[in-house]
Parts: sequence; C-alpha cells; structure tokens
Amino acid sequence: MNGDWRPAASLRVLRRRAAMLAEVRAFFAARRVLEVETPLLSAAAASDPAVESFVTCYAGPGVASGCSMYLNGSPEFAMKRLLAAGSGPIYQICKAFRQGEAGRHHNPEFTLLEWYRPGFDHRLLMDEVEELLRVLLPDLGGGERLSYREAFRRHAGIDPLTAEEQELAKCAASHGLGGVAGPDGMGVDGWLDLLMSHLVQPRLGREGPCFLFDYPASQAALARIRPGTPPVAERFELFLRGVELANGFHELLDHEEQRRRFDADLQRRARAGQPLPPLDRNLLAALSHGLPSCSGVALGLDRVLMLMCGAEEIGEVLAFPIGRA
Amino acid sequence: MASYSTNEFRRGLKVMLDSDPAVIIENEFVKPGKGQAFNRVKLRNLKSGRVIERTFKSGESIEAADVVETEMQYLYNDGAAWHFMDPESYEQIAADETAVADAKQWLKEQDLCTVTLWNGAPLSVTPPNHVVLEVTSTEPGIRGDTATGGTKPATLETGAVVQVPLFVNEGDLIKVDTRSGEYLSRARE
Repeated sequence: MNGDWRPAASLRVLRRRAAMLAEVRAFFAARRVLEVETPLLSAAAASDPAVESFVTCYAGPGVASGCSMYLNGSPEFAMKRLLAAGSGPIYQICKAFRQGEAGRHHNPEFTLLEWYRPGFDHRLLMDEVEELLRVLLPDLGGGERLSYREAFRRHAGIDPLTAEEQELAKCAASHGLGGVAGPDGMGVDGWLDLLMSHLVQPRLGREGPCFLFDYPASQAALARIRPGTPPVAERFELFLRGVELANGFHELLDHEEQRRRFDADLQRRARAGQPLPPLDRNLLAALSHGLPSCSGVALGLDRVLMLMCGAEEIGEVLAFPIGRA
Repeated sequence: MASYSTNEFRRGLKVMLDSDPAVIIENEFVKPGKGQAFNRVKLRNLKSGRVIERTFKSGESIEAADVVETEMQYLYNDGAAWHFMDPESYEQIAADETAVADAKQWLKEQDLCTVTLWNGAPLSVTPPNHVVLEVTSTEPGIRGDTATGGTKPATLETGAVVQVPLFVNEGDLIKVDTRSGEYLSRARE
C-alpha cells in the first residue's frame, strides 16, 4: 500500500515545531513587536530574477473574466506598506512559495519568520536575530561577524568586491569548479554565488552563528547601499553549520531608487527569457509616502527546526513535503 | 539528440560528460536565497569507473547517453574478442578486452551476463554474481579435512585463481562469488 499518506516528520519533530512557534511569539510579545498577517495571494510578485513565483488565477465577484494572482514569495512588500502606514515594529510567521526550489534545504512551500524594526540599522538587527536564535538553540557556541569580503578572502582566497569575472572563473577552476559556466556564461554575481555556495558557505558557522555583512552593491536586493570605495550593500545573512538561515537589510527607503532596481530586475529577466511579473505599485506608493528608517530580516524557520532536531533533510521537519503534498 | 534538464537529474540517469558516458550517483540542489541555483552532481564515468564531481547551473541541459543494460549469453573467446549473444534475437556482438576487463576471468560459456551497451557497442560486462567453475589445478586435497579452515590457491577453468579450502581437489566444481572473488561452496554438475 502507498505509505505517502503518512507525515514525513515524526510527531516528536512536529511537537518541537509547535514549541518553536510558541517561543518565537513569546520573544516578540515580550519586546512589544506586533504580530501581523498579510496576503499570501497578491496581484504583484517579486521582481528578483533569483526568485520565481507561482501564478494562479482569481475569478469571481469583481473580476468576472479572471486575473492573475501570485503566491507570496516573501511578505516583504506588504509588510513595508504596514510600516509606511505607521504600524511600528511588526513580525509575521507565514508560508512563502518559490517555484523550482526543492532539495535538501529547499521545499517550494516553506515557513518564514519576517520582522521589521524601525530605528534599527542592520547591526542592531543582527544582535536581535542572534538573541532569538540563542533562545531557540540555547547550546550554540560563540558567534562571529564577518564581512562578505573577509569571508571570501579567508575561504576562497579572492577579493569579491574587486575581482573581475575572469579572475573569479580562474579561482573557481582552481577549486575544481570549472566547467560550470554553460553556454550563457555566469557574470560576476553568478561566479560569486558559485564560490559562496560551494566554498565559503560550507565553512561558515561551524561552532556558533556566523553573520556575513556588507554585500557587493550588485547584490543589494532591497538593502540601502553605503557609498565608499567600493560601495557596499547594508545587507546581512546568517549561517549556522553551513546552512543559510536568514537574510536581512538596512532597508532601502528611496522610492526612485526602488523603481530603478525594479526596472533593472525586469531587464535582467527579459534578457534571460524569464517571466515578467507585474511590479508592486502599492509598494512604490508606500515608499513615496514615506517608509520609516528601519531594518528587516527573514528567517527560515524550517531550517532552524532542522538544526534543532539534527535533521539532514528539510523533509524530515515538514508534515508533508512537496513529494507528499 | 535527447537531453536532460537539471530538473530531470536523478540517481541512475545516464548522461554524456566530457564526451564519455556517465551515470549520476548523487544530485544536490544548492541555491543561495537571493542567488543563482546550482545542481551539484556526482557522476561515475562508465568507461573509466572514476567518480567525478560537477556543478551545473540549474535549468541547463546535458546530452543523454544512449546506454542500455542487456542480458546476454557468453559464447566464446576467439583470442582477440569475447562474443556474446542476445538469447531472444540471437544477435551477436563482440566485446574487446577493455570492455570485458576483470569480468573475463569469470566468463564461462553459456552463462548469462549483463552487457552494458553504449550506442550499441559493449562498454562493460558484468558476470553473474555466482558462477560454477571447475578446478583445473591445485595442490592435492587432504581427505576428510573439512574443519581446520586452512586455504590454498586453486586455478579454475577460466584462469581465475581463488583461495579454496584444503579438501578441494582438481576436477571439483566450485561456486564462486564474482563480486568478491571468494569461494562459496563445492557444487555438483
């Protein structure tokens, strides 16, 4: 008989999940951060070329002929609209959906904890992420803060902010990662992603949480860029035992700059033959109304639970991973 | 030419890698949250047996390898090639020494082997897990000694040399595990 009707996660793990969610809510309640909910179904979608959305259709009262709706790839845009409307500090625990992502650390539907702190810069927010992580994983060793540049110098022997594409390709080849480029080439950021995921990341956070900060400006996403030589994005990521757990920004406030980044994303998508989703005009309107200076972060709770339970595969901590969904 | 995208990658898939046929033995999806996705793959080169690690950008395709495994009967060796026959179609093929490799010491006429074909030509030969072969030369046996556990070398009809118990004699039929090269038991015709 087909055994796939049964949950993939054990009941012990499902109880740990419930306890983890309760601890997260207690953590934010004590700090007076408001829990919110935003739509999982949206008329707009992420423009980031590295995130592909699920698309579905709504037809019904008000929309007789039906219209495309996108499953939330991240609650970021909607939460920023709340911040612009004066919500103060907010958090959300929600499902996020990403097309094409399934593997040892990926399920196309996963649980995110996302929160925003008006008045915090990315350094203050890193402190708070670490405090929460130590509540969930009390036995962690000492933490580490490392710039993206220092991490690459240490683990790949190259300066990621100044190296040309050819040097990055050569560095990859010297570590047995040649022949990856394929017919379309990689570009500087493609090579950086390759070196990051194959060489640098597996060595991060072996004992305790490791925060990487100050990303290349080309990987700013929605972080503000700090001028300098070279300029860097005020973005951070958290790694523990080689697993990427969180991504945060000192948030971009400038709606014109946001519009330019949207357009640049769409141009990259068009060149790569990717779908061109509608942009979130509500976000642009909220930014032009005025977003308070803030930092925000998204933490992958399934991966945190994996580390809490010593799981090797994300499927071990989900009741019904994609193969049984 | 058929090809497979990274989304079709799975263990056992036969693909072309650096102009050689290879089989996927491990496939891991790797993706930074805000970056390029990759498939980190371990493959075995089906000609050399070597294991190779290779990373592909997710979404790319690689050429499929026309590799099939067939059950064939071993017929004879003409000094240069080993001849096999498909027991259903009676079609015959000849495998060279590279393809037969270590399997040749276990090949007994009439036995069914697994022949791996690449573009219709033999790439490798896997003998049956267990074969029964005659001992053609060994030191004289010690009658009745089935308990002391000592062994001696014995040469078999195919030329293979295996360690056998002391009581085994020339002319005996023995059963051998071809994966380990170990003696299993005496056998009757």
